[in-house]
Amino acid sequence: MGAGTSSIFRDFLRRLFRNRLAAGGGIVIALLFVVAAVPSLVTDRDPNRIDILRILAPPSAEHPLGTDELGRDVLSRMVHGGRISLEVGFVATGIATAIGLVVGLIAGFYGRWVDGVLMRFVDIMLCFPSFFLILAVIAFLGPSIINIMVVIGLTHWMGAARLIRAETLSLKERDFVAAARAQGAGNLRIIFRHILPNALAPVLVWATLGVAGAILVESSLSFLGIGVQPPTPSWGNILTAGKDNIEFAWWLSVYPGLAILVTVLGYYLLGEGIQDAADPRLKGR
Amino acid sequence: MLRYIARRLVLTVPLLIGISLISFLVIHAAPGGPVEMATDLNPKVTAEARERLRAYYGLDQPIHVQYVRWLGRMATLDFGQSFSRDGKQVSEKIGERIPVTLAINVLSMLLIFLVAIPIGVYSAVRKDSWFDRISTVVVFTGFAVPTFWLALLLMILFGVKLRWLPISGLVSLEYDSLGLAGKIWDRTSHLLLPVFVSAFGGLAGFSRYMRSNMLEVIRQDYIATARAKGLPERKVVFRHAMRNALLPFITILGLSVPGLLGGSVIFESIFAIPGLGQLFYQSVMSRDYPLIMGALVIGAFLTLIGNLLADVGYALADPRIRTE
Amino acid sequence: MKIARVLVAALAFVLAAGCAKEKQEAGSAGPVGSDAPAHGDAIVEGSIGDVSGFLTAVTSDSASHTAAGYVFSGLVRYDKNLKLEGELAESWEVSPDGKRITFRLRKGVTWHDGKPFTSEDVLFTYRRMIDPNTPTAYAEDFKQVKRAETPDPRTFVVEYGKPFAPALASWGMHVLPKHLLAEYPDISRSPLNKKPVGTGPFRFVEWKTGEKTVFEANPDYFEGRPYLSRVITRVIPDPATMFLELKSGGIDMMGVTPLQYTRQTETEEFRKLFHKYRYLSFGYTYLGFRLSHPLFSDQRVRQAIAHAIHKKEIIDGVLFGLGQEATGPYKPGTWVHNPDVKRYPYDPQRAKALLGEAGWKDADGDGVLEKEGRKFSFTVLTNAGNESRAKTAAIIQQNLDGVGVKMEIRTLEWAAFINEFVDKRKFDAVILGWSIPQDPDQYDIWSSKKTGPKELNFVGFQNAEVDRLLEEGRRTFDLEKRKKAYSRIQEILAEEQPYVFLYYPDALPVVHKRIHGIEPAPAGISYNFIKWYVPKDQQRYTTFQQ
Repeated sequence: MGAGTSSIFRDFLRRLFRNRLAAGGGIVIALLFVVAAVPSLVTDRDPNRIDILRILAPPSAEHPLGTDELGRDVLSRMVHGGRISLEVGFVATGIATAIGLVVGLIAGFYGRWVDGVLMRFVDIMLCFPSFFLILAVIAFLGPSIINIMVVIGLTHWMGAARLIRAETLSLKERDFVAAARAQGAGNLRIIFRHILPNALAPVLVWATLGVAGAILVESSLSFLGIGVQPPTPSWGNILTAGKDNIEFAWWLSVYPGLAILVTVLGYYLLGEGIQDAADPRLKGR
Repeated sequence: MLRYIARRLVLTVPLLIGISLISFLVIHAAPGGPVEMATDLNPKVTAEARERLRAYYGLDQPIHVQYVRWLGRMATLDFGQSFSRDGKQVSEKIGERIPVTLAINVLSMLLIFLVAIPIGVYSAVRKDSWFDRISTVVVFTGFAVPTFWLALLLMILFGVKLRWLPISGLVSLEYDSLGLAGKIWDRTSHLLLPVFVSAFGGLAGFSRYMRSNMLEVIRQDYIATARAKGLPERKVVFRHAMRNALLPFITILGLSVPGLLGGSVIFESIFAIPGLGQLFYQSVMSRDYPLIMGALVIGAFLTLIGNLLADVGYALADPRIRTE
Repeated sequence: MKIARVLVAALAFVLAAGCAKEKQEAGSAGPVGSDAPAHGDAIVEGSIGDVSGFLTAVTSDSASHTAAGYVFSGLVRYDKNLKLEGELAESWEVSPDGKRITFRLRKGVTWHDGKPFTSEDVLFTYRRMIDPNTPTAYAEDFKQVKRAETPDPRTFVVEYGKPFAPALASWGMHVLPKHLLAEYPDISRSPLNKKPVGTGPFRFVEWKTGEKTVFEANPDYFEGRPYLSRVITRVIPDPATMFLELKSGGIDMMGVTPLQYTRQTETEEFRKLFHKYRYLSFGYTYLGFRLSHPLFSDQRVRQAIAHAIHKKEIIDGVLFGLGQEATGPYKPGTWVHNPDVKRYPYDPQRAKALLGEAGWKDADGDGVLEKEGRKFSFTVLTNAGNESRAKTAAIIQQNLDGVGVKMEIRTLEWAAFINEFVDKRKFDAVILGWSIPQDPDQYDIWSSKKTGPKELNFVGFQNAEVDRLLEEGRRTFDLEKRKKAYSRIQEILAEEQPYVFLYYPDALPVVHKRIHGIEPAPAGISYNFIKWYVPKDQQRYTTFQQ
């Protein structure tokens, strides 16, 4: 394993894109991001334009996905809401992964009392229902997109920390770490140069599921009325509005539901591809 | 091993105290209190009445005094009296909600195991087959579809259109006048939809977990050896591979212990089930401090014990760890 | 849980009262000759909140008050035309100076356990209301009492320091049984709070927490035994689920949402099974300004905003037309309501002109008005979980955008909203609602003496004339004098617009057709609940026969 990080990475990408499903998942996610970043590719309508005369209109040429309970264009709200939902998923998971990485690497690498203290802290955090913490923080700071992303991140990093700690524990016993140490590498260098790249794959898999989870947490918060603020759309709050109209305004719940499903599946397939591609035992297949 | 367990158990006490202290501070720091929640924007309430209520609940004391009092009562396992107006004990309020939450969670956990393990094993053995792909989509649909949406759809189908199942609640209004068989069917029919919905959402995690464990095991040398010995494939899969792949499930079982008493507000309010999730949500919203503390401490205790069981169980089951 | 309470309040038509405007499909569904009143059967209602206790002195949510109403009675109550009438009191008399009220109690009333009801019970209730050990929020009205006495078992006399008009209505407080409560210093911890014993039309049977409460007809009720044998209230927190329960026969009665009323009850199947009712509920929704805020201290600005808001659009969009434009804090059709106040029809041009007069111009052409370098932009707060307020806010946002005013929306959890923002006066504007009590005294909301922390004049409204009129209105029992005072108050409020009064929503109860005897009146439908019945051949729950 003396090869540099960049060649490991190139190798990894090559294997990743040989997996058709993973590539498909990656393309779907990429497309969603492109549309969310540039909504005008799909529609020019204002997602917040209220039209009292067209409340809950079924899909038509003018409104391809129908209108919502205030006569707003659902297609446009889906596209703009996608940006919020994808952002929440991405940023929240980013925060969770970053914290999890740091805590897990330190605990796993240093072991002994550092490990003990950090893991007990993880235990404590796991003891609080994340829902309770989210409610408390939202009560303090008020709901805003940023607060929601941060609080989801801060309450969902423990799984990542445990995972990385376990990886680190086994990685640090490997020969290449001993070899690096023999060559005079310091702790930080060993952690970042040798352990981190190898521990990253399972974390990425975890993160892909985390993104999906965060999107779902946001929709639960919307259900309880403390999600993204009105009139800003998110897939979660479109879906919640759909709940009360489920019997006749199917378009309000089916489209955001499908969007969440496609996103979750896309991330999952991508994550699985990453796992396979990173698994050295599969090399050469 | 025993020393390890003993040490972890002893550690539980300071952890619980730490958790309770943090919880206590968090809930008291959150805006509003139980008195304000009951009296806000009520024209008939004077400042004096409000003060009286505060004194009544002991909220006029400094916060550290309140905490020490609470801790003192906890030492005798007394969770105290709820601030809600029925004046019930916290233990009674939590106790009356445990059976239904436990029943639904245990049943749905069983259902998940029954379905997820075969799916996981089969899709690992037939990796990248059509079964693998379709089951992936199905279990992720379960994961991604919001509970309330699926629940309402099933209610419309089975409750309103077909009239096969009741929509919500635990028993029918005429329950008491039913015979034994009638009573059993009545309870079962009320549980079918909630258990199914909650299990469907949990399939993805478990089946995927089982699948990856299985894939891991299949690649091991001893499976190759078993195959090389000419053992039938079925025997290889079930006798050798699956048994080993199930080992990590012990961990999952341990980690699931606190979840058995957890409930989701959204799920419970959709099905009108008076479970712990609703109770906890309402206690947070009404700032019922003793009830929030009681629920958190019980949850924390179960989590710690579950973690311990998971670690111990794993160590006992996995020979590689035992020899260390 | 306050949010739930607000929601319940919106749905609870049992306590709510109002004026019957429309009754659809009034015809009877049963075969001819089957219409005779009969005892038996049960009515199953849906409620989104559970009871928290049965003693109304110590509860504050509408589910609890509704349930307690079946079991307990007060000395007085409002009749179907919203006039006070005797309940446990046969009659009453106010002394000429207005300071003394003498109640003559009904004869032969017994508690559900068979013990006789006497004036001692009333005195006991009064004493417990002012007892510091009673965790009640409603002591204030009773503290005005200077002296209370019981000359004989059927007479109860109270004396006030000053004439106090809201006093009479305060004796609608449920009377408590002395013989069952005397030994409990704190009534909220007595078994009675969980298993009530009262004098009302129904007796308590059971309460399954979070699930249901059950009552049975009281054969000895002083106005006669109710026809329905049982009242069952099922707790169903989600309105969508509740509506499915209604359609599948799981419940007989619920308050539907405007959306359900207009879009989901128009099917043949639904009409065959249910009666829909519709009447103005006792409440209104408003946009309130913090009057000390530099943006809103100018009356012209508030009037401009009133002109800029399209109230009709809000009613159409949020209530599907099921409500009325509000003009002030009293309900149309009640004696105190003054319809001849200044109105603010939707008129963006007029709004812009008024804003211009106040110095607000869009100098830099970005679509937002400025004055002295400051943009006209503010944040409106409302409580999370209340869909109709959030929708109202979204429409107002678009309306104001049209006149160059930029408004942000923030929804907050109730506790945080009230304690951190309203109580600390850290808000620009709020969207909230008040329920409208039958007595018109609104001293606490509009008096300049009630602007302190936690007090209810949180917008900081101050007007010397209003202060004087409020005092006048609560110190006389003369309806004409009171009417004059409150009419003038409504004029001033309409002129000054400390709130933009938005709408009065309709109450929209739906009841199964097998239940007969419902006669909508100004007080709503539930005032004659004991006369509701199911004809013999249509009875459904026959296992509950007594």
